[in-house]
Amino acid sequence: MATPAAPVRTPAVPAALPRRKRRGLAKFMRNRAAVFGAFLVALTVIMAVFAPLLTHYDPVQASFLTVRQAPSATHWFGTDELGRDVLSRLLYGARASLLAGVVSVGIAVVIGVPLGLVAGYFGKLVDGVISRIADALLSIPFLILAIALAAFLGPSLTNAMAAIGISAMPRFVRLTRGQALAVKAEEYVEGARAIGLGHGRIIVRYILPNVLPPIIVQASLTIATAIIAEASLSFLGLGQLPPAPSWGSMLNTAKDFVSQAPWMSIFPGIAIFLAVLGFNLLGDGLRDALDPRES
Amino acid sequence: MLRIIANRVLVAVPTLILVSMLIFGLQKLLPGDPVTALAGEDQDPQLIAALRVKYHLDEPVPTQYALWVKDVVRGNLGASLRTDVPVTSLIAQKLPVTIQLAVMAMIFAIGIGIPAGVLSAASRGGPLDYGANIFALSGMSIPNFWLGIMLIFIVSVRWHLLPSSGYVPPSEDFWMSIKTMLMPAFVLGAALGAQLMRHTRSAMLSVLRTDYIRTARAKGLLRGTVVVKHAFRNALIPIVTVLALLFGELLAGAVLTEQVFTIPGFGKLIVDAVFNRDYAVVQGVVLVTALCFIVVNLFADVLYILLNPRMRRS
Repeated sequence: MATPAAPVRTPAVPAALPRRKRRGLAKFMRNRAAVFGAFLVALTVIMAVFAPLLTHYDPVQASFLTVRQAPSATHWFGTDELGRDVLSRLLYGARASLLAGVVSVGIAVVIGVPLGLVAGYFGKLVDGVISRIADALLSIPFLILAIALAAFLGPSLTNAMAAIGISAMPRFVRLTRGQALAVKAEEYVEGARAIGLGHGRIIVRYILPNVLPPIIVQASLTIATAIIAEASLSFLGLGQLPPAPSWGSMLNTAKDFVSQAPWMSIFPGIAIFLAVLGFNLLGDGLRDALDPRES
Repeated sequence: MLRIIANRVLVAVPTLILVSMLIFGLQKLLPGDPVTALAGEDQDPQLIAALRVKYHLDEPVPTQYALWVKDVVRGNLGASLRTDVPVTSLIAQKLPVTIQLAVMAMIFAIGIGIPAGVLSAASRGGPLDYGANIFALSGMSIPNFWLGIMLIFIVSVRWHLLPSSGYVPPSEDFWMSIKTMLMPAFVLGAALGAQLMRHTRSAMLSVLRTDYIRTARAKGLLRGTVVVKHAFRNALIPIVTVLALLFGELLAGAVLTEQVFTIPGFGKLIVDAVFNRDYAVVQGVVLVTALCFIVVNLFADVLYILLNPRMRRS
């Protein structure tokens, strides 16, 4: 008769997380630049989500009676070369930028983090192979790789997001691998291994939660990079295709009218700048709040 | 030391092999059969078969890759599908233009980023530090193609100070060449300068915290001497590595800058190739870019070892 196995008590993940979280939040709230960043990010999200409520102009419908009108009470940010309201294109364009930022970073995290965890945890040959692939991808500059992928996949917002996500992925592999290497040497991981927990459970329950803070910081900063990358690809004609609005494609058209209608260039550029600045400030603030070395 | 350098070179080899596989694999992402696209409207079966043999598409994929690598090693990157000009000749024509832009941009980046980083670290928490940080964050958040458009509008359209676009080779008219490149180089250099400032500040802050700096201060040395002679010289070591990493961003940024200012360089070559569906050129440009990036990083690694006495001694 088999003896019932004694209940296995898994070692506790380092406690005091709630207190650390509270302290991190308080530190974040004291950082005025970070709060301003969060405000800019919230503003971009509001623009994207509530675009139909914030403007009654159609962002796509051309109106040849209002071509290239300067900013006025009717059209606050003026109109473009097809008579479309620049403000409404800007509001709807926030959707493409945010979507590109979030989806491409999502792709990079979903592929990069597990690969980094596996490389850091198992080491040896697995680490060698994964690290060399990440190095190879990192040796092609981010935008050049995104342009090449978008060129071969074909121009569209979806392909641009996939291209940006794949190009950003090795950064997450490297970061997670480094963090996993440090965490796997901790005593509580040794303890989990000693009581016979499987590799999968150790990675998911003990290593992943402890490598998350720097990944969250990196994700926030990479969203900023991804928004610029999407705008760059759309500016080159490899992202969002006309007539759908996107800040990058608006600038692509606007550059030909810079002397006659400068407002067509000014406002989309400011929108990209503020959104990217928001994510950069937010990322910096999160790093200061979450990284114990910063305290 | 030699062993460390040899090790770095050895690590670069598998990276290069993997990069070549990735770039070769790009053409496999193309939807449909490339030969049917090349065969034109007639779709003559004999022509299709001949094209398949010509481009080795009748061979298994590993053989195709081996043949491609053999050509690449010999310096044959294929020919433009549109003009039939060898890709290496096209790159050789355009590369000097981008190198001129990159060198001028680096001068701006180093000239702005390093002094701003040193000043910011030396006056931590002061107004200079805040000013430099605002400059750095803004520089990193402004899309350089927009900065280019705005500068064209203000400097060229409004003030008529500098040409808005085009390129003049230095051999033709040196000063005109510099004048034409000033604005694009500033646009490209400002973003890099912003990043360089942040890295310089961070490197300087960690050096300024060390014991030997405290000793130098305790000895009564002038603040400027401590910052420049003692701290900056040691902070330079990580900055060299950062400069190599920024080289990749320089190449990527050049693509957009060349597009805005209509400069016929390396970046414009890849964008034009993308729109002309000239895949051989796209592949060639990406391969050369990656190769340059790997070599520059290798060079920076070696320089880091040579500059760092602790690494040199090991």
